[in-house]
Amino acid sequence: MSVKLSTRQVGDVSVVDVAGRITLGEGSSALRDALRDMVGKDHKKILLNLGEVSYIDSSGIGELVSGFTTVTNQGGQLKLLNLTKRVKDLLQITKLYTVFDVHDDEAAAVRSFA
Amino acid sequence: MRRDVLTMGKNSRGDTETVERFLDSTLESVDSAEELALQEAERAGVPEDDLHKIAMAVRESMVNAVVHGNRYNAHKKVHLTLTKGHGEFVVRITDQGEGFDYENLPDPLAEENLLRHSGRGIFLIKAFMDDFRVRRLQPEGTEVTLVKYLVSK
Repeated sequence: MSVKLSTRQVGDVSVVDVAGRITLGEGSSALRDALRDMVGKDHKKILLNLGEVSYIDSSGIGELVSGFTTVTNQGGQLKLLNLTKRVKDLLQITKLYTVFDVHDDEAAAVRSFA
Repeated sequence: MRRDVLTMGKNSRGDTETVERFLDSTLESVDSAEELALQEAERAGVPEDDLHKIAMAVRESMVNAVVHGNRYNAHKKVHLTLTKGHGEFVVRITDQGEGFDYENLPDPLAEENLLRHSGRGIFLIKAFMDDFRVRRLQPEGTEVTLVKYLVSK
């Protein structure tokens, strides 16, 4: 298993719990498909919980960025929750950390969409 | 049976040791190269903090070789060598592709490129390794060399 995604609804926010590796191939395409599916269903508030993500490569970063722009272009918001140190470091060196709205607390993250 | 392994050797030349593989141009090879590099780096005594960096740099280089170099061509191989010794851990990855211009890649940190889907692989390799070299081979192929120093230089 490279990646596992499960979606739950907290109020009007769709929380996607992601676990495993988001790397070129199965991992990045699963994330892409999940986000496209949500945008297709008109979900406008998406919170990606990356707390169980052990690894992201450049392809995975690309999917995060594409997901962010797709959701934003549809008038929605995509935010990140619970970054591991490795993922946080990766977003910092690629200067993407400030592009995303990043949270450590789920309740506060959900409230921030209002 | 692992069909991707055509030859496998461990040679001691002086105080260096090399492990090599000839890998198919598949994403499975990317995973196996990363796994092998991680194992060998650990055996070479690379500090814990650097293991992940090497693994990621190898993954990105292998993706370049398989996807952009050999373009998944079943007739083309990727040659991987992992060498430890002389205070260095050296990874060399050679494809049989047409090569691309490593010198003129867009800067992924430039404002206008920040939200691009791709173009961060080489940047990450350079960020994670102590040295990164590229050599175009004749008549075809690209060889990249990734170096992590095991001692301060």
